[in-house]
Amino acid sequence: MSFLLGSGAGFSGDRTDAAVAVVAELIKRQQPSALVFETLGERTLAAAHRAMRDDPESGFEPLLDELLAPVLRDCLDHGIKILGNFGAANPGGACQVIAELATQLGRADVRIAQVHGDDIRQQLHSLDLQRWEAERLDMPSDDALISANVYLGAKALAEALAMQADVVVTGRVADPALFLAPLMHHFDWRWDDWDRLACGMMAGHLAECGAQVSGGYFADPGFKDVPGLATVGYPIIEVEQDGSLIITKPANTGGCVTEQTVKEQLLYEVHDPANYLTPDVTVDLSHAEVRQLAPNRVAVTGIRGKPAPERLKTTVCYEGGWQGEAEISYAGPNALARAQLAAQVLRERLVFRAPAELRTRLDIIGLTSVFDSDSGELQRSASAPANGDYRLRLAAEHSERRWVARATQELLALYCAGPAGGGGVRRQFQRRVFTASYLVKRSDVHAHASLFESSPLGERRSERYVAS
Amino acid sequence: MLQAEHTQTPVHPHSPVTLHQLAHARAGDKGERLNLALFAYDPDHYTTLLEQVTEERVLALFAHRGASRVRRYPLPNLAGMNFVIDDVLQGGVNGALNLDGHGKTLSFLLLNMEVNPS
Repeated sequence: MSFLLGSGAGFSGDRTDAAVAVVAELIKRQQPSALVFETLGERTLAAAHRAMRDDPESGFEPLLDELLAPVLRDCLDHGIKILGNFGAANPGGACQVIAELATQLGRADVRIAQVHGDDIRQQLHSLDLQRWEAERLDMPSDDALISANVYLGAKALAEALAMQADVVVTGRVADPALFLAPLMHHFDWRWDDWDRLACGMMAGHLAECGAQVSGGYFADPGFKDVPGLATVGYPIIEVEQDGSLIITKPANTGGCVTEQTVKEQLLYEVHDPANYLTPDVTVDLSHAEVRQLAPNRVAVTGIRGKPAPERLKTTVCYEGGWQGEAEISYAGPNALARAQLAAQVLRERLVFRAPAELRTRLDIIGLTSVFDSDSGELQRSASAPANGDYRLRLAAEHSERRWVARATQELLALYCAGPAGGGGVRRQFQRRVFTASYLVKRSDVHAHASLFESSPLGERRSERYVAS
Repeated sequence: MLQAEHTQTPVHPHSPVTLHQLAHARAGDKGERLNLALFAYDPDHYTTLLEQVTEERVLALFAHRGASRVRRYPLPNLAGMNFVIDDVLQGGVNGALNLDGHGKTLSFLLLNMEVNPS
């Protein structure tokens, strides 16, 4: 009998009603299964660490309650394991919220496990670190450091499941490891069975971005049509003991699972397809094939595995000064010329109103924007109708708040002092977080799991089980 | 009625078309590195992609953004290929001033490339 992996969310900010249809399908199938929430991006974690500085009770996925409330009771009642990296910077805090939610739902007996060991901020500077090959940034100084988290593999998560946890809460782990762990636990695969590990990891890779494998992030009307995108079904992956995979989705949902949707996601964020590095296995996709078996059922075969890399990737987040944006619209007759004049006025003003090291960028949305370089190379040769609907956008960055405030205020001032008919100004600026990637030795990382004990007094403590 | 043309037009051998007519693509980012996975709709067009969507042309397409290197990994089983482009994200998701710091939209910059189907 296959094991079913369902996806409940693919990023922080994903649809909070997506898991309902997935859980309904998992219950209907009456097979061993797990539901995974992947909600932790590179930047999300830094935001969580920063939030926790201001409020020690925060630092986990802000939508945790909204994501779990509709499905937690059903999952507990039907033995569907839940795994999520929604613990972010504060897995213990997330455990407490889940314990309280389960109690409200009449299941105070819930077993929640927490994964430890990803946060290496305290020992960062004493570790033997290597810069990730494509990394350009230097290691920040201690006072700029916000967080340093290792991408853990599936072992400590599988350990948590061995403690008979119903819910496994993690901070930073490799996203697909959230899916590999229940497979390791269920099938009892060996940790050096590289081909099976690779299949399990790719099941996770395909499902970790939620709808991106089942019709989300895919539609291109007239070329790649997707039915029912508003109710797109999040993926369910059927995994067999031998590692074979079939990607599907719940009945009566929108979206589609086709060879095309699966191929696009198979290589999503992959570099060398013969050496896709994960903490538990190096995956070789060079012989992978996809085959449509039936509508919304696609098999992936030919995935192979090799030993895992020696080192684990670590994301370091640190203070990156300030960044701001401001925009103003021009529409109707001669709108392009008015927007271009506004841009010119801003350029002239910023020369004497801001320091030379202020980094800025000006886009005219409607003419060119996202494809362009910071210096506006495409903008200079682009053509567009004189009459139209254009939006001038300024982006600025500086280590000091005041200069970003000043630059964006200069755009605001175009209301009264710029070209005719400018309107709809929006302006915002905030602290920025930089991230850099480093590699740490596996032996310097100590991942383990513990069962969470919630306290009626709200005091949090957890019983520690050291990894064997 | 005004309606945008957005249907696939028949592809005639040797007349130039945008890659968008022949292939689909998805972008992914890690730091300053972008990957673009490109797949032929019709496996018969895979050879055209292989011959014409070269590392050199992709590097030239992204030169204005400071791309420093392009590597192409052909995947014949999938009638596709993966491009890995370095230093093209102007700071990446956390550092870019570009509206699209991830470079998610850039799959369609690639699909705007002109090719001659054989």
